[in-house]
Amino acid sequence: MSLLDVIGPVMVGPSSSHTAGACRLALLARHTLKAPPQKAKLELHGSFAKTGKGHGTHLALVAGLLGCFPDDERIPEAFDLAKKEGLEVDLGEKDLGDVHPNTVCIRLENENEKVSVTGSSLGGGLVKIFKIGDFEVNFSGSYFTLLVEHEDRPGMIASVARVLADDGINIATIHSSRRKRGGDALMSVETDRPPPAYALEYLRNLPHISWTRTLPEVMSGEKEESDDA
Amino acid sequence: MTMTLNDLAKYEGLASEAILAEEFEHSAEEQAALLEKMRERIAEMRDSIERGLASDKASITGMVGWNAKTLWEAEDKFASPLLRRVQAYAMAVNEENARMGRIVAAPTAGSAGTLPGALIGVADHLELDDEAMLMPMIVSAGFGKVIGNSMFIAGATGGCQAEIGSSAAMAAAAVCEMLGGNARQSVHAGAMALMNTIGLVCDPVGGYVEVPCVSRNAFYSVHAVSSAQLALAGLESFIPPDEVVGAMASVGRMLPPELRETGEGGIADTPTGRMIALKMAEDT
Repeated sequence: MSLLDVIGPVMVGPSSSHTAGACRLALLARHTLKAPPQKAKLELHGSFAKTGKGHGTHLALVAGLLGCFPDDERIPEAFDLAKKEGLEVDLGEKDLGDVHPNTVCIRLENENEKVSVTGSSLGGGLVKIFKIGDFEVNFSGSYFTLLVEHEDRPGMIASVARVLADDGINIATIHSSRRKRGGDALMSVETDRPPPAYALEYLRNLPHISWTRTLPEVMSGEKEESDDA
Repeated sequence: MTMTLNDLAKYEGLASEAILAEEFEHSAEEQAALLEKMRERIAEMRDSIERGLASDKASITGMVGWNAKTLWEAEDKFASPLLRRVQAYAMAVNEENARMGRIVAAPTAGSAGTLPGALIGVADHLELDDEAMLMPMIVSAGFGKVIGNSMFIAGATGGCQAEIGSSAAMAAAAVCEMLGGNARQSVHAGAMALMNTIGLVCDPVGGYVEVPCVSRNAFYSVHAVSSAQLALAGLESFIPPDEVVGAMASVGRMLPPELRETGEGGIADTPTGRMIALKMAEDT
């Protein structure tokens, strides 16, 4: 905890969990796509759904999908902004099962890509993404996140770890899950700084790796976005 | 920060010195960067106050929005400009928050008005400049960090005493240092403020950060200033400050879920409260 976490974040209100946290979840979801989303279906669970309107949760989610950070004063105009940017939004309620009361499933689509990202707003602005597609993941947006989809076979985690180690990138957390033994797997790796573009390029071209993305950290406010190669 | 409040109270000097020394032991550069960011936070808080005092626009729920401006423009019948300024500033911030305006969470959005109300309110009343608030902000952040090390500062886990208790304690410590209090006095200002919020429940109408949150920030902003006044006169918390934090955490655990931000108890559970909740849920 930094002193700036106690007096901070600077945010658009009213709620750290239902507004700032929601924005961060959507921002992370947006970055799982290479190109901006054109269609978004948001399924809100529990308290997110019930108190969403009064908390500006819907606006914050749409704003995050458009790339806004929690302190962006355009958040209250997110629906208009979405129309301008050609983002179609479908907001609804869904019982997502035994999950945190502030959970949302975000389904995004553009011309070439389709993804579903599920995460929870834990309180105080902290968030956790725990599902991408039908893979379990675990990252918080407090660090840079590297996502790697690959065939499940021995040595994959070691290959990724080796590339990061060679560039002096420190791993904070790593989570891996697979659909079934020998099927596809997805790992989420949180790192202290983003892997350089050439390392990502190298990683993408390794055998048995089908897809990679890097997501920015979203906890400390608007920064220069580092684009994934 | 590993230092406890009891440790901080033993420091011979200003609380801010002790906190900065511990946080930035090895890095003058990092310290300078942090101070610069803190100055920005002060400016953001001022901006929230200005917007809040000038606006009477209602929040999405319609429950709040005009209170700060109304108070600010009303006749002061108490010949007490400090009191009114502190209250109005605090509510201005929380009404901006309710309107989806920009604020600084300190430590949370629900308690965002307490610190600016008390600290900026007193500073403006005494015509001190913004730089005079910089070290006090460090004290309040440090105080909040120590509390945060013992418990999660959220209404849902500890009730309102966790959020507003923390913000009032942070604000009391800050005001105390700003007016020349040493570390011991600042810590005791915070401890006395905290001790007198124990038992405060989180019962927001509809679950929204509006009623009683907006007015509550006004009340506890004044509470913080009161506490600083007691501490500067030499009064202290009989129970050691760390034990006060422990007591608050323990009471938080004893609070039933109905009184911890679920909207199922207290004023949220009044006939009017329940009606608001229904109306907003239907309006989706």
